Amino acid sequence: MKNEYLFELKDFHVWVGEKEILKGLNLRIKQGSVHVIFGPNGSGKTTLLNAVMGFSGYRVTGQILFHGKDITRLPVNERARLGIGISFQRPPAIHGVKLRHLIATSAKTNGRLLDEYARKLNLVDFLERDVNVGFSGGEIKRAELLQLLLQDPDLIFLDEPESGVDLENIALIGEYTNHLLGKKLRPQEDKTMKELRREVSKSGLLITHTGHILNYVNADVGHILMGGRIACEANPQEMLNTLQECGFQECYRCFRKEEDHVKR
Amino acid sequence: MSNDKKTLADDLDLSGYREDAPEHAEIEDLSRLSPEDQQVLLMTGIDPTGKQRYGSFFQKDHTVVHCRTDFEGAEIMSVTAARKKYDGLKEYWGKLVPADKDVYTRRAEEHMEHGYYIRSLPGAQVRYPLQACLYLTEDKLAQDVHNIVIAEEASNLNIITGCATAPHVRSGLHVGVSEFYVKKGATLSFTMIHNWAEDMAVRPRSAVILEEGATYISNYICLVPARDLQMYPTAILKGKGSVATFHTVLLARPGSLMDVGSRVILQAAECRAEIISRAVSTGGKIIARGYISGEYPGVKAHLECKGLLLSKKGNIHAIPELEGKTLDLDMSHEAAVGKIAQEEIEYLMARGLSEQEATSLIIKGFLSLDIVGLPENLQNELQQMIDQTDTDAM
Repeated sequence: MKNEYLFELKDFHVWVGEKEILKGLNLRIKQGSVHVIFGPNGSGKTTLLNAVMGFSGYRVTGQILFHGKDITRLPVNERARLGIGISFQRPPAIHGVKLRHLIATSAKTNGRLLDEYARKLNLVDFLERDVNVGFSGGEIKRAELLQLLLQDPDLIFLDEPESGVDLENIALIGEYTNHLLGKKLRPQEDKTMKELRREVSKSGLLITHTGHILNYVNADVGHILMGGRIACEANPQEMLNTLQECGFQECYRCFRKEEDHVKR
Repeated sequence: MSNDKKTLADDLDLSGYREDAPEHAEIEDLSRLSPEDQQVLLMTGIDPTGKQRYGSFFQKDHTVVHCRTDFEGAEIMSVTAARKKYDGLKEYWGKLVPADKDVYTRRAEEHMEHGYYIRSLPGAQVRYPLQACLYLTEDKLAQDVHNIVIAEEASNLNIITGCATAPHVRSGLHVGVSEFYVKKGATLSFTMIHNWAEDMAVRPRSAVILEEGATYISNYICLVPARDLQMYPTAILKGKGSVATFHTVLLARPGSLMDVGSRVILQAAECRAEIISRAVSTGGKIIARGYISGEYPGVKAHLECKGLLLSKKGNIHAIPELEGKTLDLDMSHEAAVGKIAQEEIEYLMARGLSEQEATSLIIKGFLSLDIVGLPENLQNELQQMIDQTDTDAM
């Protein structure tokens, strides 16, 4: 039976040491859908992605389902192999390992396509450099995108893809993030747009503090993460407009009302 | 040198080694060697086809079985032949490494089982390396050699030396005295790769002297177990503006002891030196030494010593030393011993690599050195050697 949801979190709790950071999240992402999570600094956005990827340092309860399969206890690389990819906000530098070599080791597709994407992302020279060593903010984000484009996952986590990126870079990063998510399609002679959309069934979960990336990336559903809980499910552009006008204060108000409501 | 007394252990029992080896027949072409031997040579930086080499020297046990060069700008021959030809090499022999320095240099002087003599002619540009291999094929054999390398004025000389044991050999003793003369304006890049049997004891004793404007680049790589390896080559920067660089890459497995350092004495104006070492222990003991002595105002030198300790049975002891003997010096060092960052492993795992693959990739990256001034093909060969290192046991 085909599962309607590609990705699901059920009553997902995360602790770092003794501190509970995420307090029972529920989230469902359909195939082909891109979700955005807004949240103030320190709300646990990065913790959410790291814990879902299976990184160490987090104690987790609840369930993570991918393609209907429980992956809550799988090692990181098995999650990746099943088709989950992540763009790190601040990836570590790997000394002595060339970017080309890493991609050749990890990516599904390679060769001509690698050089083509590297050219498009202005990363040709970087292929022969050590991974993330001495890269600027924008270069790091482009290198993450390049790795993901060739890894070609079905579900993509993007952790603050616009942070540390200058204006010049953000358009390029936005364009290829859209491309990675299968959100930017051009009509082809032998296929209608409708058919193409059905074929490109990438899903995404995008985390952002500022929301700037939404000027470039088409997202379908927006959420707010605050106080360790997810709230709202709305049009991301409208949410961003509200946030830009009223800030996260507005969300606090909303949260408080809901909590009052629960108490009653 | 005063700290030799501390450094040089005389703890090896030398009585268990055989001094006599059978004579071996000449080999016209190294590609005629058995496939097993050729494989060993390849992993020691020696190309049996000699295609990308300007010349080759091959010593098997106590016999020089092969020696040739097609290149007119350099000489390569056994040091015995060179001493006959050049009146005992009086100007060079024993001038940098005195015969009475320690028990090993005395052995080398006494036994003198050849070694190589390589000299580039003035102004010669040796684009491809010359290769020299010292090969041990008899178990428990002692091989004592003395090598002389001379880069004449304004020449550019490039040498790969591989020291290895044949696949069936378990133990032995290798003692090698090496003296390097880098003359005015010359560049010598010297890459030494050790590929020993597990129970080998190894005692190289080397020194280098640099004249005005000379450059010396040393690369030393040992990725296989050796029971007891101890070396501490010295470069003396005597000429104005001379530059010395030492790169060392070590991998010690359980049962190995590697006591390896590099020493640089800066004695003239505008001299520069850099010592960089990378040490990985999966259970063996590594003593990573470095010593820089600044003896002339304005010289610059840096010492960098990094270790990855991957087993609680292992031990990495970094001993970086700086000694300033005059005013206005610019000398520094940094040393670090640690583990692989979990964050790096998980980053690679998020790309689909298993934990073991990720660890291996990070270790190999740690060991790779981008060596400035090394010809690209040689850099690629060294990288391949590191890539092929079996890290699965780690």
